[in-house]
This record gives sequence, structure tokens and C-alpha cells, in this order.
Amino acid sequence: MTEPTLNKPGSGTVYTETVVYSPPEAYVNDVPYQLAIIELENGRRLTGRIDGERAQIGDHVSFVEFRNDVAFFRKNA
Amino acid sequence: MRPVAVVGIGKTAFGAFADRDLRSLAVEAGQKALEDAHAKTSQVEAFYLGNFAGPSFVGQNHLAPYVAAGMGIVGIPATRFEAACASSGAAFFHAVSAVAAGLYDIVLVSGVEKMTSQSTPKVTEILAGAGDLCGEVRAGATFPALFAMIARRHMYQYGTTREQMAAVAVKNHSNGAKNPLAHMRKVITMEQALAGKPIAEPLTVYDCSLISDGAAAVVIAPLERASEFTAKPVRVLGIAQASDNVALDEKEDITTFRAVKLSAGKAYKMAGLQPSDIQFAEVHDCFTIAEIIATEDLGFVKKGEGGPYALAGKTCLKGELPVNTSGGLKAKGHPVGATGVGQICDVAQQIRGEAGERQVTRDQLGLAQNLGGSGATSVVTILGAA
Repeated sequence: MTEPTLNKPGSGTVYTETVVYSPPEAYVNDVPYQLAIIELENGRRLTGRIDGERAQIGDHVSFVEFRNDVAFFRKNA
Repeated sequence: MRPVAVVGIGKTAFGAFADRDLRSLAVEAGQKALEDAHAKTSQVEAFYLGNFAGPSFVGQNHLAPYVAAGMGIVGIPATRFEAACASSGAAFFHAVSAVAAGLYDIVLVSGVEKMTSQSTPKVTEILAGAGDLCGEVRAGATFPALFAMIARRHMYQYGTTREQMAAVAVKNHSNGAKNPLAHMRKVITMEQALAGKPIAEPLTVYDCSLISDGAAAVVIAPLERASEFTAKPVRVLGIAQASDNVALDEKEDITTFRAVKLSAGKAYKMAGLQPSDIQFAEVHDCFTIAEIIATEDLGFVKKGEGGPYALAGKTCLKGELPVNTSGGLKAKGHPVGATGVGQICDVAQQIRGEAGERQVTRDQLGLAQNLGGSGATSVVTILGAA
């Protein structure tokens, strides 16, 4: 997806996820971090980060904010 | 189209070689392949070089004429092919196509990568350049992370387990321990594989291929001229390349690689063969889950049965379908640009009966599958005794 900043992605479901321990140079200070592909309500998928509580496949998540053009989501309570 | 044969093979050892530069590795492999084919440099009509990221890893561009000149070869077309980890698979596909079409007779095809002079975070970042930099990579995806997400989804949809993935690592380490040119010649146990350091959950260090230096080369010729060069020509029975979306989040089903299925289907059709005809295979196990998916996408097992098939030992040296008798990318090593041509060398070595204690008995028909990125390029080649 090349235009993640055009619209706020809203909420969606975790299609798949991982927790990264071995980072690229740009994110050495972020590890461990959870990365996920979110299936949005409009059916499109977006790769973003999960903040806070760990999410699993099928969990519902909501968009929190963009940080440096990266979409951050949080697991719904 | 003329039938094409592999008439010479040459590989360097794969490993971490602080004292070797990119060109010396590529030159060594090329010279070995020419020597194996009893061919003179003056007979080479074109040079095809697969290399993923030489400009990023070592700063050198214009690699194909640079390497060719290192072998004393100048004047002929010399071109670099980049298709991520399928770079030299793609070079081989295009070289075979050119010889089949009658454009050239004798062609040298090589692959090389020099990776170990950079730190692991830097290597991770360079490799991530094969993904979508504006999307998944910006979000923090690495290649282990992309394949970890593929693994998670495969586990979710098909019940694939960490033990099944670990079985691939144990088997490939066992094979690699018997390969004198392998990067890691160390047998590991299931317990070790499961307790490995996490890289991207659920993948541990034992699920990931190695960061390696190395090169591989083959000489190809029209089948009708093969006897001028070798007593053991290996015929290219079928070959195809296919592509797909680069970004993982743009693929409809991430538990299968559409480009692999497309290229395999075309290669089987060209060869007039079925998956059940294949007697052994070198597949692209950049991660253990990738080998499991490869056995499914290549049609050796039904979708979702790759994990149980691996755990049951069917892909071991003495199993019904030996997979990665070389040790695979996991143990043999994965100098990414060298991997595709390296696989062709490994399959040809088995067909020629030169695989030593890794030799499988039914050795007349083998398949090589080379994958780029998270499946955006695939090259499948079927080889047999001529």
C-alpha cells in the first residue's frame, strides 16, 4: 500500500501478526515490536504496528494514529 | 526452440569469508564451471550474472563486465540480473531462453553475493529493500517478519506447528553437515531448533537461512553440442519464471505463492511431467515455512499437508522425496544472488551422481525452485539426465 496517509484507516481485524526481535537498522531502538497486517472494514489490508496489548489473528483493533507515516493500532477492549 | 543442457558447474564454498571480495568469489565459481566444461574463455558468447545487492553490500556497480573481465572475458554481452533472492534464477532463465532461441551457443551464468562485511541490522535493512519500502518496510517489516506473518497465517489456516517447521531445520542441518561446501556443517536437534533465539515470532534463528558470502556458476549449451564439453550433460527439461505483487499485504492468500504455482505449472507442462514424476528437489528454504509451502505449491503434497509431510521424514535423504539434499539455504548458506544458480549446480551434481554421501538413489529427475522476496519472483527449473 503506497498511500496510507490519505485516509485514517479506522478499525479492522488482525489478518496476521508477528513480534520482531531482530530489527532493521532504522528500528534498532524499537524492539521488540508487534507488526501486523490489518484487514480494514473496507476489505483492504494495511501493514502497521500494534501498540499496547498483544493482538492475535482475528482480534479486532482500532486505528490510534500515524507516526512517521506508519499506522498504529490498538486491540479493542 | 532448441533443447538446452548444463555442461559445466562450479561453486565456491558458502560461508563468511573476511578475506574474499565479491569479484574473487564470482571469478572462482566461473573458472570452476568453465574448467568443468573443458571450455575456454574465448568460447563464451554471453555472460549473465545474478546479484541482488552488490551496490548496497559492497558499493560496487556495473558488476557483470567487472566480474567477466576478472576472468579475462571482454567483448561479449555481460549483464547483471536483479530479482531479489531469485536474481541468479532469473539470470539462468533468461540465459536458457537465449540459447534455446539460437541467439548464442555457449553461455556462462553466475550468481554472487558478498554479505558478511555488514552488520546484521544493516544486512536486514538491505534485504528489506526487496519488500515495499513505502508500506510494509516503513512499518518495520524485515524478511524474517514477513515470513513470520506467513507462518502465523499458515499455522492458523492449516494447523501447521513449530515442530513441523523445526523438522525442516533439523533435516537441512543434517544434510548440510554432509556437504563440504556448506556454510554450517552442524547437526542440530529438534530441542535446539525449538529453543532457538527468537527473530520474529514464531520464527527462531533456526528457522532462518544464513547470511553468507559465495558464488556459483554454470555453463550452458545447446544439447546437440553438449558432448563437446562433458560426458554427463544435464538437460533443462522445463523452466519458467513468474511474478506477483511485491507487498505481502497486497496478496490475497499469503499461505501460497502464486508465482511459484504459475512457474511450476509452466515448467511441468514444458517438460511433459507431473509433480509425482519429480524424484528430488532443491527448494527455496529462506525460512523453514517457505520449504513447507514450496512442497505444497510445487504439487508434491496437498495444500496444508507440507508440515506433516516434513515432520514424517518424507523429505529426508532417505525419504520418498528428498528435499534440499545440499542442506538448503538453511545450512548450505544463502548468499542471495548466488542461490538460484547454486541450486542448479546442486541438482546437476545429484543427476551426475557426484553428491557423495548425500547422493540419493533415484537421481534422474530433479527440480529447483528459486523465490524472490516474499514471492514476487519465482523461477522453477526441471532437470534430467540427457
